[in-house]
Amino acid sequence: MSLNIIVLAKQVPDTRNVGKDAMKEDGTINRAALPAIFNPEDLNALEQALRLKETHPGSTVTMLTMGLPRAAEVIREGIFRGADAGIVLTDRPLGGADTLATSYSLAQAVKKFGNYDIILGGRQAIDGDTAQVGPQIAEKLGIPQVTYAEEILGVENGKVTVKRRLENGVETVVAPLPCVVTVNGTAADCRPRNARRVMQYKYACSPSEAAKLPEQIAALVAKRPELTIPEWSAAFIEADPEQIGLPGSPTKVKTVENVVFTAKESRRLDNNDEQIEELIKELIANHTIG
Amino acid sequence: MANFYTDNPDLKHHLNHPLMQKIVELKERNFADAEKYDYAPLDFADAMDNYDKVLEIVGEICGGKIAENAEAVDHQGASCADGRAFYADATVENLDLCRKAGLMGMAMPRRFGGLNFPITPYIMAAEIVSRADTGFENLWGLQDCAETLYEFGDEEQRNKYIPRVCEGETMSMDLTEPDAGSDLQSVMLKATQKEDGTWVLNGVKRFITNGDSDIHLVLARSEEGTKDGRGLSMFIYDKRNGGVTVRRIENKMGIKGSPTCELVYKNAPAELCGNRRMGLIKYVMALMNGARLGIAAQSVGVSEISYREAKQYAEERRQFGKAIIEFPAVAEMLAVMKAKLDASRSLLYECARYVDLYKAWEDIARERTLTPEERAEMKRYTKLADALTPMAKGMGSEYCNQNAYDCIQIHGGSGFMKDYACERVYRDARITSIYEGTTQLQVVAAIRHVTGGTYKTLIEQYAAAGYPEPVLAPLAETLKELTALYDEAVATVTAAGDAKYLDFMARRLVEMAGVIVMSCLLLQDAKVSESFNNSAIVYVKLAQAEVNRHIEFIRNFKIEQLAAYGC
Repeated sequence: MSLNIIVLAKQVPDTRNVGKDAMKEDGTINRAALPAIFNPEDLNALEQALRLKETHPGSTVTMLTMGLPRAAEVIREGIFRGADAGIVLTDRPLGGADTLATSYSLAQAVKKFGNYDIILGGRQAIDGDTAQVGPQIAEKLGIPQVTYAEEILGVENGKVTVKRRLENGVETVVAPLPCVVTVNGTAADCRPRNARRVMQYKYACSPSEAAKLPEQIAALVAKRPELTIPEWSAAFIEADPEQIGLPGSPTKVKTVENVVFTAKESRRLDNNDEQIEELIKELIANHTIG
Repeated sequence: MANFYTDNPDLKHHLNHPLMQKIVELKERNFADAEKYDYAPLDFADAMDNYDKVLEIVGEICGGKIAENAEAVDHQGASCADGRAFYADATVENLDLCRKAGLMGMAMPRRFGGLNFPITPYIMAAEIVSRADTGFENLWGLQDCAETLYEFGDEEQRNKYIPRVCEGETMSMDLTEPDAGSDLQSVMLKATQKEDGTWVLNGVKRFITNGDSDIHLVLARSEEGTKDGRGLSMFIYDKRNGGVTVRRIENKMGIKGSPTCELVYKNAPAELCGNRRMGLIKYVMALMNGARLGIAAQSVGVSEISYREAKQYAEERRQFGKAIIEFPAVAEMLAVMKAKLDASRSLLYECARYVDLYKAWEDIARERTLTPEERAEMKRYTKLADALTPMAKGMGSEYCNQNAYDCIQIHGGSGFMKDYACERVYRDARITSIYEGTTQLQVVAAIRHVTGGTYKTLIEQYAAAGYPEPVLAPLAETLKELTALYDEAVATVTAAGDAKYLDFMARRLVEMAGVIVMSCLLLQDAKVSESFNNSAIVYVKLAQAEVNRHIEFIRNFKIEQLAAYGC
């Protein structure tokens, strides 16, 4: 059977390469100093989606992202790697959302999209590390969720079999479709960008990006519908204004503290059994080891 | 993770050479494909942007997984069982990555599923792949056999095989036999035509790189009773048909991930490619020229990793209270490594551009008759490519061996241990000056351009460009002096009219031409970007020493002394 697959992806600041100027004075993230990247675990999710597409000919992989208009970069990246299309959910009222408002907005977008078999996403995003959005979307849509997925083993008779990587081992579960699956970073790496697709889709852009294109390219984009990455607004997904953005976000940041690790005092031991034994006893006594 | 394309601005410098405009316009036939293919470029800038973007993918994969895998590939190596060759696990992963990234059949026309890339960016990809895993470059780079299949196969064969290469099937060129190494005229593998007109192959091939490939180009004796090259034809063997088994693979010093196979053909069905008797004379020569450029690229990749590994170590390693790079003895080695690297790279891309130009004209000639001017231009570029290919392969491979050697030297005792990449690089480097024709055979191919004046004409053209003070003008002056010494050497050796004497001195003459040509190219590079100034200075110094060494040898040599060398 062919499948309609949705991959949730987020554009995130690259927190793995944090420099000195990563945080502003007020403790919020200085996004300008951090390059925006495709959330790593969402790439793992995309790979699982593309594998499903390969084993189920006729399937489509649609990317869905919420963010600033420039999040279209994530959609292009996904298309370069093999996704069929993508949607950018972007609107000023959607901004400032916590996980509750985000999952509501995305769930509304999924409903608008309709006719989906499986929703894949990364376990969590590296900017927030909450791992809440995927599960909350499943709850809001009233469908099952499988978290910590490492590999989708197969889809058969309307059911998906998933290998989960847990703290203490591996578990294989079966869930009825449609469902949400969130994928671990331990899953297979995403395939690279494909040379031909990059050349084919490099001009793909959202309407707000298209406005800035040179004439010749704008004409090309107008001529080839597959080069338009649609932007969906809060109104388009029929979202309740009270449940999106800041008004829909009960999470409030009270204060942010900059934690700076400093070295504590050091102690020098001589190389003899006596002193080492003494230290071991001390460490056991204060429960550092043992 | 490093990106081996974006972390090396010199590559973009060479990609953006002014001649690219002409190359791309010819290759893209004024961008006619844009109407038919949604991934074809709209114009020159769009095409260049495509190359840049695709090379970025190559750089990402190579700087990531492929470089990461190189050690595991070297340790596991390829293997052989039940008549088949098997890649190391990580090699399988590498190939899969390249297929998914769509990097197979890069230079093939779009109608066969290729990317229609000119040779220059394709060769750049080869250099990048080699920097990541030198042996893997062979497997990936054998896709350029498709070029020969395209040039000499019929339309049916093109349609049958080239799309498969673009999809990721691998190729091999089955030339060498136990008694036919450098001397391919002695090939004995027997091609027999059956009554229904089809052909079968019988015999043995040896030292076949990637010999268990999907599609083979095979040199075989189709004319019974003949003994020389005129009795040889080229055949296509499709692994899907069976008939060829791998008897063993070689246990090699380096490039261990690339299986080198001994093949047994037992009534293996094959298709004749092109005309009978033209196998060696025309097709294999074309095939080898492409392959030699590939080895030149592979060599530059080896020089690049050698230089980087050495530099990093010299910056980190502290002795006598400072980093060893601060000692002149080490700094000089690094500067010379960099100069050789930059020189061989400049020659590589100069050569690649000439190959691009003549091949583009050749291809256009398949569609329409060329005007006399166009034909003359094609001939000129063919000659230049023919002159620079053996030079780029011969000298580039020698330089990469020298650089790999110095890389270990800079590592000191640590370099002799298996702990650092440099020992693998050193072993991998060694084959580059041997296969696809030894350096000695590259000299044989190049010497006619010494005596025929191709190099001299080229050097004069470069010199005419003019170079600014204060750095480059004095270097250009030095080059004029060196060119006069080269002229003297050529005149002295040819005046004797002794073939053996010429053979004996050939390598010296080709090297003199080589160092002058590469000096000129580095001056051109430095004219565009000051970042090449140091390499230009260092390399011209090296050229000066080399040319003077050779001219002294030639001046003081008496023909009767040949006997002392056993000649």
